[in-house]
Amino acid sequence: MKFKVPERLQPTIREIKFILRRIKDTPLSLFGIAIVMFFVVIAAFAPLLAPPVPGLNPYLIPSDPALGFRVEPSPPSPKHPFGTTLLQRDIYYGCIWGTRWAFQVALEVIIPIVAIGVVLGLIAGYYGGVIDEILMRFTDIILAFPGLILAMCLVTVLTQANWTTIDSVLLSIVLIGWPGYTRLIRGETLRVRNEDYIEAARASGASDLRIMFRHILPNTIYSIIIVASLDFGGIVLTTAALSFLGLGAPTGWADWGRLIYDGMSFVSGGLRWWWSWVYPGVFISLFVLGWSLLGDALRDVLDPLYRRK
Amino acid sequence: MGLREYIIRRLILLIPVALGVIVLIFALLQVVPPTRRVFVFLSGNPRELNPEVLKSYIHMYGLDQPVWVQFAVWLNQLLHGNLGFSEITGPVLENLLRRAPATIEIVIYSAPLIILIGIWAGVNAAVKRDKPFDHVSRVLSVLGTSMPSFFFGIALSAIFIATLKWTGTGRLSPNLDSHLTTLRGLGQWHDYTNMVTIDALLNGRLDYFIDGLKHLVLPVTVLVFINTATLVRVARSSMLEALSKTYIIAARAKGLSQKEVVYKHARRNALIPVVTLAGLIVGGMMTGLVITETVFQFPGLGSWAAYAAQRFDVPVVAAYALFSAIVFVLANLIVDILYAYIDPRIRLG
Repeated sequence: MKFKVPERLQPTIREIKFILRRIKDTPLSLFGIAIVMFFVVIAAFAPLLAPPVPGLNPYLIPSDPALGFRVEPSPPSPKHPFGTTLLQRDIYYGCIWGTRWAFQVALEVIIPIVAIGVVLGLIAGYYGGVIDEILMRFTDIILAFPGLILAMCLVTVLTQANWTTIDSVLLSIVLIGWPGYTRLIRGETLRVRNEDYIEAARASGASDLRIMFRHILPNTIYSIIIVASLDFGGIVLTTAALSFLGLGAPTGWADWGRLIYDGMSFVSGGLRWWWSWVYPGVFISLFVLGWSLLGDALRDVLDPLYRRK
Repeated sequence: MGLREYIIRRLILLIPVALGVIVLIFALLQVVPPTRRVFVFLSGNPRELNPEVLKSYIHMYGLDQPVWVQFAVWLNQLLHGNLGFSEITGPVLENLLRRAPATIEIVIYSAPLIILIGIWAGVNAAVKRDKPFDHVSRVLSVLGTSMPSFFFGIALSAIFIATLKWTGTGRLSPNLDSHLTTLRGLGQWHDYTNMVTIDALLNGRLDYFIDGLKHLVLPVTVLVFINTATLVRVARSSMLEALSKTYIIAARAKGLSQKEVVYKHARRNALIPVVTLAGLIVGGMMTGLVITETVFQFPGLGSWAAYAAQRFDVPVVAAYALFSAIVFVLANLIVDILYAYIDPRIRLG
């Protein structure tokens, strides 16, 4: 007997088929997805690819005592495929666990940002009036700063108040990130607020909360997915920039930006110690590239303005 | 609504944002304990800084008073042009003014290049859609947005400074830089603008001009590469849209040459939305300068802010954030006015 898809799910299946066909037709999208999948696999299997020293924080890159505690990097060898950096820390280990760390940072930042954006954006767009005005003026103020510079200022201030640098970096990126999403979701809410089906829901006695989360939110989900995936790499890039400025993960932490920062001390040697900054740099560039291609692909597929072209 | 009314309205709208920016920075400073926060209030160059003196300053600037009193004192200080005192680099405003010319010099060289290359590449990519030029420019612009500016900068520095020794870090080669003091003493060098290449020309020193220019090449390259990417993408899609308009078909039907259609009819209209990006580029430059100047040890505002942030020097970082927000807001204002000037639909709509 053939399995029969329930009538109700037919449009969803058709939609998924359409999306898959569109993705298959654009090689750049496939490339983006492949890169992101590659990093997902690395992050998921980090403990197998680069086994951590038992009993230590796996995000701390172990030093190789066999090479002594020399400061200068050692070149790639069978034992250290990407070579070592400052104090003989293994770069391969740092790149692998750095991938897992990048995902962790991006998720820890993007989840609160989207949550804040959804709640405030829905409230501003749905109720309008004074609440909307206040929220929007507040986003204006935060968006008046170039993001990285406000983040830099926040990290400086928070560390003065005895926060750890990693926590203050995460919080500062959340604080500079939420206004964008609030505005996006507010705009989407305004777009659908006066549709007939919202009116119908209201007439049938649905509460404001139900209308916002059951009727408006599902209509904004595509835009959220597109922007969030375009942002995923951007967040990691901002964190890396802060790390590069010395504001972020401490030395020895498996963080791509920090590895590059440590590697910069060896740039005076020209290309002599190239591996100390090239490998982490390639990892971060590929990561950001993958997410931005994936975001573009999702936009082509999901955004009604682009999809049928 | 006329253009003048529009400008006045935009100027009035600017006040709450500027005030909000100041309040936000002030609110952030509240997180810092008073013994550190007091440096943001200090004016001039305090000679002694022992705990006793600090305590008297805390009292003097009202840091033991309610928040609004502190805000009033601070706002008063700001309006009198006092940005505080840094324990590491000294009076903040003095440093800001001293370091600004180096940064302005980088901006003078990169901004026109960003705009010209961005528009040229974007327009050409659209005209030659799906041809090799389009593909190359798209790959480069994707790279420009994905590759961290510091990684690109480090790579350039390793190749061109450390290995090939074509140029160096900083603004001038060490021997020319140290000779500058002698030249000043002899009255053969006057600091007109404090921008190396411009002063060199005004003093008639070609050797200094070439050396200064050589030191600018790499930082400018990084800034241009990173900031052009977005511009190319927007110019390309805007041009593609303009090329599909009916007036283009009409122009072609009239028998105009491809050149006239593309440059006289399509490009003019395509560039209108591109103007709005100028504000974004200013923001990108402010951020990019922090990174680029740090990589190339260029003694401008960006490297100063980064140096301060690494040492958790609150007054400098707060002042730089305030400064860049004001510049960013003003840039956006100018963009809006320009936009309304170019496209009457904005101010009439």
